[in-house]
Amino acid sequence: MASEGGHGPQTSGEYIQHHLQNLQVCQAESGEWVWNQCAGNPMGINVDSMFWSVLLGLTFVLLFRSAAKKTSNAKPGKFQALVEIIVEFVDGSVKDTFHGKSSLIAPLGLTIFVWVFLMNLMDLVPVDWIPMMAGAAGVPYMKVVPTADVNVTFGMSIAVFFLIIFYTIKYKGIGGFIRELTLHPIAPPTKGAGLIAAPFIIAFNFLLESVALLAKPVSLSLRLFGNMFAGELIFILIALLGVWQLPLHFGWAVFHVLIVTLQAFIFMMLTIVYLSLAAESH
Amino acid sequence: METVIGFTAIAVALLIGLGALGVGIGMGLLGGRFLEGAARQPELAPMLQTKMFIVVALLDAVAMIGVGIALFFAFANPFIGQLQAVS
Repeated sequence: MASEGGHGPQTSGEYIQHHLQNLQVCQAESGEWVWNQCAGNPMGINVDSMFWSVLLGLTFVLLFRSAAKKTSNAKPGKFQALVEIIVEFVDGSVKDTFHGKSSLIAPLGLTIFVWVFLMNLMDLVPVDWIPMMAGAAGVPYMKVVPTADVNVTFGMSIAVFFLIIFYTIKYKGIGGFIRELTLHPIAPPTKGAGLIAAPFIIAFNFLLESVALLAKPVSLSLRLFGNMFAGELIFILIALLGVWQLPLHFGWAVFHVLIVTLQAFIFMMLTIVYLSLAAESH
Repeated sequence: METVIGFTAIAVALLIGLGALGVGIGMGLLGGRFLEGAARQPELAPMLQTKMFIVVALLDAVAMIGVGIALFFAFANPFIGQLQAVS
C-alpha cells in the first residue's frame, strides 16, 4: 500500500504522518475559515472526528429506537434479541454496582457502551479504504476512528466528570462535597492540642483528594485514546509491509476485536463505578 | 539535532519497555490468582473472569498511555519542530 499514488505520499514516514492527520478547520488570523492550516491552533475543529462520531451516535440511536418500537413478545426477531442481550448486560452491570435509584445511570451506561464500541469498531476497517474514497472526492485527510482523537475521548470524560460532581452535590449537598474533599482520608482533630495541626491536615487531604478526583477523567480518556491510537498506528505500520501485511493484519485485527470490546466495557464500568461512588453515603 | 533524535529514541524504548515489564509482572500475578481462585471454587469462575477482565483493562491503561506517548514521540516528535523553528 506504500506505493499507492492515491494521495501521493513519497516515503513511509509521510504515509504514516498523512494517516495520522485530522481534517481540520479553523479561523485564521484574518478571520476567514481555512482548512488544514491549523497546526497549533487550539480552536481548530477536527471535522472528520465530529462527522464520524455523530454519524455513529445517530446510527446507534436510530437502530435501538427502531428495535424498541417494533418489540413483539410473541415473535421476537434476531435484532430485538441482540438489543435485549445488550440492554440486560448493561442493566446487570449497573445493578451489581449502583445500589441507589437513578433513571440516568443505566441509559448513560448503555449509550457509552454501544457508542464507544461502534466508534472503536471503525478501527477494523482497512486503513486505506475510506481515506482513498475521501481522497477521490477531494478530501485530503480523513481519520475514521473518532476515539483515536484525544479531543473526542476528553469530551466524553469531561462530561462524565461534570456528572460525577453533579451527582456528588445532588446526593450529598455542597457541604458534603467539600467535606469529602477535605476530611478524607485523614480526619483532622477537632478538639485538644491537635487543633493546631487541623489546617495542615485539611490542606493535605484536599491535595490528595483533588488529585484523585482529577485523575478520574484524565485516566478514563487517555486509557481509551492510548489503546485506540496504538492500535491504529500498528495497523498503519503493518500496511507498510507490502504483500506480507495480510497474515499480520488478520492476526492483529483478531486481537484488536478483544481490545475494542474491552475498552468500551471498561469505559462504561468505570463511569458506573464513579457515579455510584459519588452517590453512595458511607 | 542528532542528540535530540537519539535521546528521543531511547526515551521511546524506555517508555514502552518499562511499561511492558510492569504490566507483564502484574498480569502474571493476576492470572495466577485467578486460576487459583477458579481451582478452589469452579462455580465462581465466570464471575471471577469478569472481574479479572476489569482489572486487566485497568492495568493496560497506564501501559497504553505510555505506548501512546512513546509512539507520538516516535512519529511526530515536537522537539524536532522546536529545533527547526529555532535554527
